[in-house]
Amino acid sequence: MGHGPAVKLGKDNAAAYKTKLGVSMFIVYTIVYAIFVGINATKPKAMENIVMGQTAAVLWGFGLIAFALVLAVIYNHLCTKAEVKFNS
Amino acid sequence: MVYTQSPLAIGLFITFVCFVLGLSFYLARRTSSAEGYYAAGGNIHWFTNGIAFAGDYLSAASFLGICGMIATAGYDGWMYSIGYLAGWVVALFLVAEPMKRLGKYTFTDALDSKFNSKSIQLCAAISTLLVSVFYLIPQMVGAGVLVQPLLGLPHWVGVCIVGVVVTIIVATAGMASTTYVQFFKGALLLIMSTVVVISVLTRGLSTAPENNGQPYHDFKSMTATANLEISEPGYSVVAGLDSAFAEAGFVKLANDGKESIWQLNKTDDGYTLEETLYVTEMADGTKLFNGSAKEEGAFFPVGHVKELRMDGQEVAATGAVGPLAYLSALKDSTIVLWGKKYIMDGANKLTVYYQKPTPGSRVLRPGLKFKVDNATGTQTFNFVSLMLALFCGTAALPHILIRYYTVPSQAAARKSTIVAIAAIGFFYILTLFLGMGAMTNGVINLTDNNMSAPLLALSFGVVLFAVISSLAFATVLGTVSGLIVAASGAVAHDLMDNFLGMNMSDTAKVRAGKIAAIVVGCIAIYLGIVFEGMNVSFLVGWAFAVAASANLPAILMLLFWSKTTGKGIAASIIVGLFTSLGLILISPDMWVRYGLLPQDAPISFNSPALISIPASIIALVVVSLMTQKDVPIVASESAGA
Repeated sequence: MGHGPAVKLGKDNAAAYKTKLGVSMFIVYTIVYAIFVGINATKPKAMENIVMGQTAAVLWGFGLIAFALVLAVIYNHLCTKAEVKFNS
Repeated sequence: MVYTQSPLAIGLFITFVCFVLGLSFYLARRTSSAEGYYAAGGNIHWFTNGIAFAGDYLSAASFLGICGMIATAGYDGWMYSIGYLAGWVVALFLVAEPMKRLGKYTFTDALDSKFNSKSIQLCAAISTLLVSVFYLIPQMVGAGVLVQPLLGLPHWVGVCIVGVVVTIIVATAGMASTTYVQFFKGALLLIMSTVVVISVLTRGLSTAPENNGQPYHDFKSMTATANLEISEPGYSVVAGLDSAFAEAGFVKLANDGKESIWQLNKTDDGYTLEETLYVTEMADGTKLFNGSAKEEGAFFPVGHVKELRMDGQEVAATGAVGPLAYLSALKDSTIVLWGKKYIMDGANKLTVYYQKPTPGSRVLRPGLKFKVDNATGTQTFNFVSLMLALFCGTAALPHILIRYYTVPSQAAARKSTIVAIAAIGFFYILTLFLGMGAMTNGVINLTDNNMSAPLLALSFGVVLFAVISSLAFATVLGTVSGLIVAASGAVAHDLMDNFLGMNMSDTAKVRAGKIAAIVVGCIAIYLGIVFEGMNVSFLVGWAFAVAASANLPAILMLLFWSKTTGKGIAASIIVGLFTSLGLILISPDMWVRYGLLPQDAPISFNSPALISIPASIIALVVVSLMTQKDVPIVASESAGA
């Protein structure tokens, strides 16, 4: 059968830790995204409120994009640390 | 609108095509093994792969579709950007490393890694093929749309050019050439989109937008008495207050023998009349634009600010502004959007586009396209379902998933996803400025808003237009390459080698992949021609909903539920695939395409994800629980493993 990675991968002792961390961060982001969708679906006029000179909708949009990147960088940092700790 | 071909644009396009073909032939010499063909040898650097991810993902739908939607519907178009980007969070946190750990060439490998199940191999390959083909159609249609202003050639020629070039790229060097083409395209798209946005901000906002030296059409306004006596001399009423036009809120006038349609707005002592644009579709299929043939250029590009306010003052122009000041000024101003109504005038069908002055703060919040204000339960369901499909679709797209096999390690898979999030997130921020720039710079073609971003570039000169148009074409080339690799892998590796057990040699596997790529390329060309005129975003929405329903529940349950069985995964794919497809086929949008009334459709919503994703999960859970004797005794990938 042709299954298995295309390149040989070493054993990753940090896999369980990384999976737990990924699930936790996914839940955090999903909650924030769900709140954003919920406000848009139920109280769209609230998104027209002006906050820091912009509509709340624009700030939410920038915020969600930036939040994804910030979480991603933190996730990578913690995963790299765990790989060094568990695999060395 | 009438487009004039630019020799520079044609030259750039030819140069780019020659470059990617040259690259493919060069890389083909290094692609003799199956690993080389399907996974670029698994040794692509994570940064290169991350930008290639962006190249794969920023398809015609993102660059052309989203910018066009923002240009005509404001923030609602940007909701697609936010949803698409959020989908990458699912890919990074849940899918990236396990996919790398479990798979080899295709995402079927990962699904089947524990089970060696014929049903998974067959179902996942069918799902990959169907999702890839659904995603291919809008890309090919997009190529046909682009080729007209770029090269002055008809739709079918554009589709054929893309089909032939891409099939050569894929058939020569597979994933290696596709990756490098995507890398260059992704990087250039980011750079050139940034250049256009900087140009937009440097120009600032104005009530009389510039358009490459051409004056913006001055849309006239007149008054009339309650008996429709027009204030301007020379105008006579052709279809007045007792006509079908008035029922729709319009009147038809004539001046110097030329007819025009005007929007009626009632006032205390009569009416104000606002100039409209209209397309007449005659019984024999002939189309007139503002009463004239298309070549006469009487159908003007639109998009302007009516009342421009900055720092509390009404101004005629802002001059150069920063990005936040730009959005702030838009929020405080009044922008002219355009509504659309249909009127039957005898045997002729008229599409009338009329001005809708709208507060900027209303444009920069949801509700112009999506029915969220005072929405019915069905409308709210539709909106939430779409946002769910966008969130869940990314991590289930086959041409995205196979890119995890091109890097050497799990850490590289993770890092390349983060680069993709940074690049795609940055691009999606740019789309807001590109779309709003098109909305206020007098460049929108109301009959085809997909061209908004290239036409915005044209307002800064033909050089930028040439570069952006060539890049837009490259965008289609790149995405189609990735999709054809995914589809050919499904045929040659999943179906022929694994499902049918043909036990092919490495060379035979590569040959089968190349033949599959040529066949899929021919199918894509055919479908691209057949689906001419179909909405690009509509079809991409299909692909996301189908991928999210058929693939994602299977991937996630495999990773996080230890009782998952092979039969459960196969059931989940089949239920997700056919539930989502079935609901799409009986949706109101499809009823319109069948020539029927949308209200007669069996269901009242268009986006199926909120039903088909749970159905797929339920199918997996029920079938897995019924087939527990099939659970393999291997280490689980779950958190506790």
